[in-house]
Amino acid sequence: MEGLSRRGLGRAALAAAMLPAAARAQSTAANAPAPAGEPIRIGCSMSLSGGLAGNGRPAAITHRIWAEDVNARGGLLGRPVQVVVYDDQSSGANVPGIYTKLLDVDKVDLVVSGYATAIIAPAMPVVMQRNKVFVSLLGSGVNTDFRYDRYFSISPTGGRIKETFAKGFLDVAMAMEPKPRSIALVNLDSDFHQRAAESARFLARQHGLRVVYDRAYPPSTVDFSPIIRAVQAARPDLVFVGSYPPDTAGLLRAASELRVNFPMMGGPMIGPHITAQKLQLGPILNNLVVWDVYAPEPTLQFPGMQALLERYQPIAAREGADALGHYVPPLAYAQMQVLEQAVRRVGSLDQAALAADLHAHRSDTVIGPLEFDAMGEWTEERNLYTQYQGIQGNGIEQFRRAGTQVILYPPRYRSGELRKPYTAGAA
Amino acid sequence: MDPDLALLLNGIVSGLLLGGLYAAAAAGLSVSFGMLDVVNIAHPAFMVLGAILVALLQGATGLDPLLLAALVAPGFWAMGALLYGAYHRFFERRGDEAIQGLAFFFGVMFIIEIGIVLAVGPEQHFADAAWADTTWRLGEIDLPLRMLVPAAVSLAAIGALALFLRHGFTGRAIAAVSQDREALRLLAIDPVRIKRFAFGLSLALAALAGGALAVVQPVDAASGHIFIGRVFAIVIMGGLASLGGCVLAALAFGVVENVTATFYGPSWSPAVAFGALLLVLAVRPQGLFGRAA
Repeated sequence: MEGLSRRGLGRAALAAAMLPAAARAQSTAANAPAPAGEPIRIGCSMSLSGGLAGNGRPAAITHRIWAEDVNARGGLLGRPVQVVVYDDQSSGANVPGIYTKLLDVDKVDLVVSGYATAIIAPAMPVVMQRNKVFVSLLGSGVNTDFRYDRYFSISPTGGRIKETFAKGFLDVAMAMEPKPRSIALVNLDSDFHQRAAESARFLARQHGLRVVYDRAYPPSTVDFSPIIRAVQAARPDLVFVGSYPPDTAGLLRAASELRVNFPMMGGPMIGPHITAQKLQLGPILNNLVVWDVYAPEPTLQFPGMQALLERYQPIAAREGADALGHYVPPLAYAQMQVLEQAVRRVGSLDQAALAADLHAHRSDTVIGPLEFDAMGEWTEERNLYTQYQGIQGNGIEQFRRAGTQVILYPPRYRSGELRKPYTAGAA
Repeated sequence: MDPDLALLLNGIVSGLLLGGLYAAAAAGLSVSFGMLDVVNIAHPAFMVLGAILVALLQGATGLDPLLLAALVAPGFWAMGALLYGAYHRFFERRGDEAIQGLAFFFGVMFIIEIGIVLAVGPEQHFADAAWADTTWRLGEIDLPLRMLVPAAVSLAAIGALALFLRHGFTGRAIAAVSQDREALRLLAIDPVRIKRFAFGLSLALAALAGGALAVVQPVDAASGHIFIGRVFAIVIMGGLASLGGCVLAALAFGVVENVTATFYGPSWSPAVAFGALLLVLAVRPQGLFGRAA
């Protein structure tokens, strides 16, 4: 079954990547010379099934769109590009084998990562042994221990997570009147959310906030009402929550049932990032302050973004992937753009030269300009703190419009003002 | 009311409601694992399959998710009967049911999970019942219908099953097959036919539990994983073949988890709940309602 799933899905994905690319290249590349010669092959492991597939499949679709775009523009170094992808089934244990096959058997020219820290980290030793440039997708602090100088991260958290991750949440909170005096911290017992909670704890101390509740919950939690009830009993002014999709739904439904009323609640509550959960929760999201990577606000429109979403959404509808594509696709496209621009600047696939180029130059992407520090993280963190406002019912159209998910932080992208309190949908 | 007392009472009540969901999830396994000695590790995956089917049907028809769960249950019964037929033919009849049988159900679990992803995608699915947004208040006690109705329906279904097992001819034959299958043959009853029927029942219960789960939380293909340890622990704690013991153990599990989460933090919940299981097994190795060997 494992072989069938991995190979079958991998081949299907490869075929799907090549056919539309070829078709599109024929139909749209009137002005660009057709790419010729052996394709430049870019390999990656991607979660096309299993728990991470909800974000892995949109990333795979986006990589295909990027390949079509590049081929339509004449390819890379005059050669067509091909994405070679294998399904890791959301299991980190499959990842080293996949990259070994990509590099030693398929002999791909370049490699990028799949989605999330749990998939990126297991690839690192294999990639490092072959001295390959590695552009990762939404990993947090992966290179802290490896310290690999050819690693580049497409994640807005930046390199100083403890000092910066929760900064936006607390900056917005401390501007409220009256000033908050206490905070409750709730987080899933996972690497990403532990780091997020550590940042909130660190910055809360700096702001002189009293931490009145500070608990992690295990991934196996089913009923979240005891957590919300205990937080209510602690009477915090702020509630900072780190959670993944099923937990986010459980936490917010429990908050609604228990009629919470906090001046401000939110944090890295991953869940509303996925369209299905946006629609499911509807007005319960109103006034929730959520960490995010993209929102369709006028302050965050960079060249190519709208075109990407217009290309992505019909494909996602056909393939049953995330309908809006506001979370992973912008970053997945930027992941490939970064690599593409380095290859164009260097003019070859020399890995050392590509790494040096990425450290030295800024890349312009659909999510804006990106520069990397010595550890491969963004030189400037861009944790967005957004707030859902004015949601009525459960229709999808409102989430396409500006003004539904306004950006509160960072100030340079701000598109709206904080509304309070958070009451989990109560009028 | 004293705030700590209100927290305690709410912890107990919400734990009982959670226990109702656990009982639904574990009751089918109590039949297959406890009575038929079939280690169906794919039981939570069938529950998730039921949940996703109910969510999809609810989106298409707008009918109540628990009604839909009852409507899909006969289909699950038929699927269970067919599956047991294959299991019996290829493993049980040859005496290979221990390790090979376990591997078979592991395989079934993976096939279900991958099949769900291929058929409907990896996204989460949720059934939105009209009553699920309502919360009843009894003084300081909150009773969210999202938890209360699935728990009540689950317990009613388990009660009906218990009556059937106690008073129906086939039901008593199912109870008997767990004790002495050869004795059944002396009564001219085919134990394989009885086990096929009972295994179908266990999957029908999985479908009902799936309907309850789809109301309580969003589910995706892998959602069954968090229930595997719990449902086996509950069935063992209850005494394997005892439905009453299974329900009691499920309610105890829910209460211990939620009271612990309320006062000592949710990280301790699984440790305390499984610690309680060890304690019960230390005092009563046969479980709460099991018969001593």
